[in-house]
Amino acid sequence: MQDKMTERTLTIAKGIQEGKRRALAQGISIIENEPDQRQALISYVHEKTGRACTVGITGSPGAGKSSLVNMLTKAIRERGLTVGIIAIDPTSPFGTGALLGDRIRMSDHRDDAGVFMRSLATRGSMGGLSLAVRDTIRLFDVYGADFILVETVGTGQTEVDVMGVVDTTVLVLTPGAGDDIQTLKAGIMEIADVFAINKADLDGAQKVAREVEGMLALQRGVTPAPDIVMTTVKDAATQVSLLDAICAHRERLQEGGADSAWKSAQVDGEIREIILETLTRDVKKSLATSDSYRALIEEVVRCRIDPYSAAETFLAGYPTRDEAET
Amino acid sequence: MADRPYRVLVAKPGLDGHDRGAKIVAKALRDDGFEVIYTGLRAQPEHIVATAVDEDVDVIGVSLLSGAHNRLCAKLLEQLEAEGMGHVPVFLGGIIPDDDIAPLKALGIKEVFGPGASTVDICRKIRDMLANPAVVD
Repeated sequence: MQDKMTERTLTIAKGIQEGKRRALAQGISIIENEPDQRQALISYVHEKTGRACTVGITGSPGAGKSSLVNMLTKAIRERGLTVGIIAIDPTSPFGTGALLGDRIRMSDHRDDAGVFMRSLATRGSMGGLSLAVRDTIRLFDVYGADFILVETVGTGQTEVDVMGVVDTTVLVLTPGAGDDIQTLKAGIMEIADVFAINKADLDGAQKVAREVEGMLALQRGVTPAPDIVMTTVKDAATQVSLLDAICAHRERLQEGGADSAWKSAQVDGEIREIILETLTRDVKKSLATSDSYRALIEEVVRCRIDPYSAAETFLAGYPTRDEAET
Repeated sequence: MADRPYRVLVAKPGLDGHDRGAKIVAKALRDDGFEVIYTGLRAQPEHIVATAVDEDVDVIGVSLLSGAHNRLCAKLLEQLEAEGMGHVPVFLGGIIPDDDIAPLKALGIKEVFGPGASTVDICRKIRDMLANPAVVD
């Protein structure tokens, strides 16, 4: 099934390993645009991955994710470590366009060769986004980034997906967002390894922290409880505390022996996603070219058969992958 | 390559802090299906080039109202070439005197859009520019 690695992809793969910036940028484009070469590229680099510390930054729009990433990057750079940033912004639901604006907050680092930032659009997701993020993380890892920060779009279901791809998830909360404990309960609360109560210089920040503490006290089985860190862009020391909490979480992951179970669950999720995405792509291709499927549509339109029977008929005649290959 | 969205960098070099025009063009390109990366204000040519490399963009749009377009564009094009990004077309918008347009194009700027240019026109010309490899390469 795997397509042959082209000369160009091989050059890019080698360039990434040698720490070449342009090669990394081109590699990420392959991940986004060329599924077959993506597979070849990832196969080539995979054995050299797993070194970097990966952190997801999630939270509602305007919570301060980009600003936190900017400050966190500064704290990491002060420890002499390099940073890769993946900033995700939404694609329009009405087309393919996207405005990727997270760079504006990152201007502190634009002269720093130790920071590489790439903006990704969600591109209608199709389940493919978290795969693209995982593979982009791999390339950053091989390129040599010590820390990889993934900044998600504003919170929602997809963020939970994306969070399955990083080691440590930071949930950014802010005061003044209302007593929306109900929305916290709905799932996003469960994915946080570290809570950052941002804009901590504003009134109500302590109240948010207490509410989170209260929620955690009610939540059983989460041990150890996630750290809660007060953060504000006005005080760089708070970013150091956040970085410390992230590092402490990572240490717990690795020490606790939980490492392998947690890693297996991540890999399980990824392989399932690849299988589903591959099948979806195959079926879509087949639907697009099938005359018998077109005939089935007509049958349903004329009320001769129902849509479920039509689907069943199509699937009954659907070739398995082995047959399709030959 | 038409099966993926084009990536465009909207850049605001130099010292002028007026980016309404850049934002309008960014929004128009977004609505036309482009993935638009905006540098923010006061990006130096070297920042723009570094961003173009990292984001692997297909095209760069530069907005300039300060009068420093001749110098900044020359620097930008020169550094793009030096970083192996000379194939990326650059278009320009803002306040550009008519007399400067021909020299800027001779320098390598693909198109200049002045006040009153329609966003529909801008999007179409950029798309044409990208679809026509003879111009791109």
